Amino acid sequence: MSTLSLNQRALLLSVVLLFVGLFVWEMAIPAQKAVGELTEYERLTGGGAQKAGVPPPSQVLAKAWEELSNPFYDAGPNDKGIGIQIGYSIYRVLSGYLMAALVAIPLGFLIGMSPVAYKALNPFIQVLRPISPLAWMPLALFIIQDSEASAIFVIFICSIWPMLINTAFGVAGVRKDWVNVARTHELGHFKTAFTVILPAAAPTIVTGMRISIGIAWLVIVAAEMLVGGTGIGYYVWNEWNNLDLTSVIFSILMIGIVGMMLDAAFATLQRAVAYAE
Amino acid sequence: MSKPFLSIENLTQCYPDGQGGTMTVFENATFGVEKGEFVCILGHSGCGKSTIMNILAGLAEPTSGVVKMDGYEVSGPSLDRGVVFQNYSLLPWLSTLKNVSFGVAARHPDWSKAKVLDHSREYLAMVGLEGDVIHRKPSQLSGGMRQRVSIARAFANHPKLLLLDEPFGALDALTRGTIQDELLKIWGGTGQTVFMITHDIDEAILLADRILLMTNGPFARVAESVEITIPRPRNRTEIVEHPNYYPIRNHMVQFLGKRSKELAGQASDGAAQSPATVRIERTPPEDESGEARRLRAVNL
Repeated sequence: MSTLSLNQRALLLSVVLLFVGLFVWEMAIPAQKAVGELTEYERLTGGGAQKAGVPPPSQVLAKAWEELSNPFYDAGPNDKGIGIQIGYSIYRVLSGYLMAALVAIPLGFLIGMSPVAYKALNPFIQVLRPISPLAWMPLALFIIQDSEASAIFVIFICSIWPMLINTAFGVAGVRKDWVNVARTHELGHFKTAFTVILPAAAPTIVTGMRISIGIAWLVIVAAEMLVGGTGIGYYVWNEWNNLDLTSVIFSILMIGIVGMMLDAAFATLQRAVAYAE
Repeated sequence: MSKPFLSIENLTQCYPDGQGGTMTVFENATFGVEKGEFVCILGHSGCGKSTIMNILAGLAEPTSGVVKMDGYEVSGPSLDRGVVFQNYSLLPWLSTLKNVSFGVAARHPDWSKAKVLDHSREYLAMVGLEGDVIHRKPSQLSGGMRQRVSIARAFANHPKLLLLDEPFGALDALTRGTIQDELLKIWGGTGQTVFMITHDIDEAILLADRILLMTNGPFARVAESVEITIPRPRNRTEIVEHPNYYPIRNHMVQFLGKRSKELAGQASDGAAQSPATVRIERTPPEDESGEARRLRAVNL
């Protein structure tokens, strides 16, 4: 064992935990009686209709294999592949998120640079920030009159705050010495903003972006359950209506995996802009 | 009398004292610095040295008074006045080379990228930074190396005036000595006008042509201007042998230890406060053999 590195030992433990967990789950599901063993009377009175139970992991794995081997099929509005559903969700998250970034980062810069703007805008931000993004949904549906755009708006409104606040905080906290270096080198306002303030505040800004993408991915599932039609959130709800718990568990896992990948992308970005003082 | 290259005229700095009144740090400070001169300013903390430096750099505005350089009034920071900050102020996300080259590029927007980099490398080499080191980030350098980068950045831009704000304050004594030598070397090659803040009397005597002594604040003033009558090139091991060294040193120790307090707290009543020139000369009068005798004295 001592020859294994820390990472190798951790990986080994992870795999062991996974198998133990799956085994316990599999064993915990009572074997359901085969339909063949029921008497005719039981079948006639409905006793044969199995009580919907939580499916064992083996079924979920089989389902995952089935879905992932053909993720992009499209057999009508209520039967699309998991790849298509996730694609819709990612499209909504990214469009709402991108719009939020386009507003939040420049505005955060302004707020961070100007103490007056900071004080003037702070009360609005503090009131708007704690509002659950889904609370905007009825208003968005009424004003925008389009469920697709409303879902994107909800993503926009939930991802704007962490980015805005972190950008303002990061920009306001740039060390005075670095700004003085820019001043003594006669850098103009734009040059200073891009060559000194942006790199200096980048770690804080990217942290805000990472928090935002996490929140956006949390919110999209709920938003899609409300607006329906397409997306991973709709898929979960639709499979619940179908009482297909295997698909529900499978899609829960998929939500986690996609969320993890989005987060990992921003972690990479975070490492790229980090610096040691 | 013609105006010096850098002329500080009736400079006054007041701050609100937090109780509705004002606190005058210094008042009507008036002095000049000649072109190519190396001037150090010595004084206790709180006497406004750093404020004077920031005003000269254009980073701060005086309450009243003007600073003129080359006949023009100083307003705002400029590439003509390079600053070496006490805490190095390197940009931590840039490599050592980039930290120098971004300044050079700002100074010479018309230069090609290759020329900017060559020029930056040249100045880094002058302070002893060559090879792989110049591609490291400042966080991977020692304090001494960081201050070298900062000095290279300032000299590479050929400013008309170089401002050094306690550049060696955060360094250990040995590193300080090495970098002082490097500073002397690079200064000797360029003949730059230098204005430097320091707390260290020996450092000031080694480096400066003239030392300005400040009294304590509030109402601090530049009371004396002590000429360092020790010929260059100077060397830390040899200047202590020079007959003028200890008289000059003792004069300054006396000033900082006693007279800076006695002279403190006097309002100027609106008159310009120029420093009194102090010249201490203990070398024998210069006859034909004077030069030879002094050299012998140094060699002893």
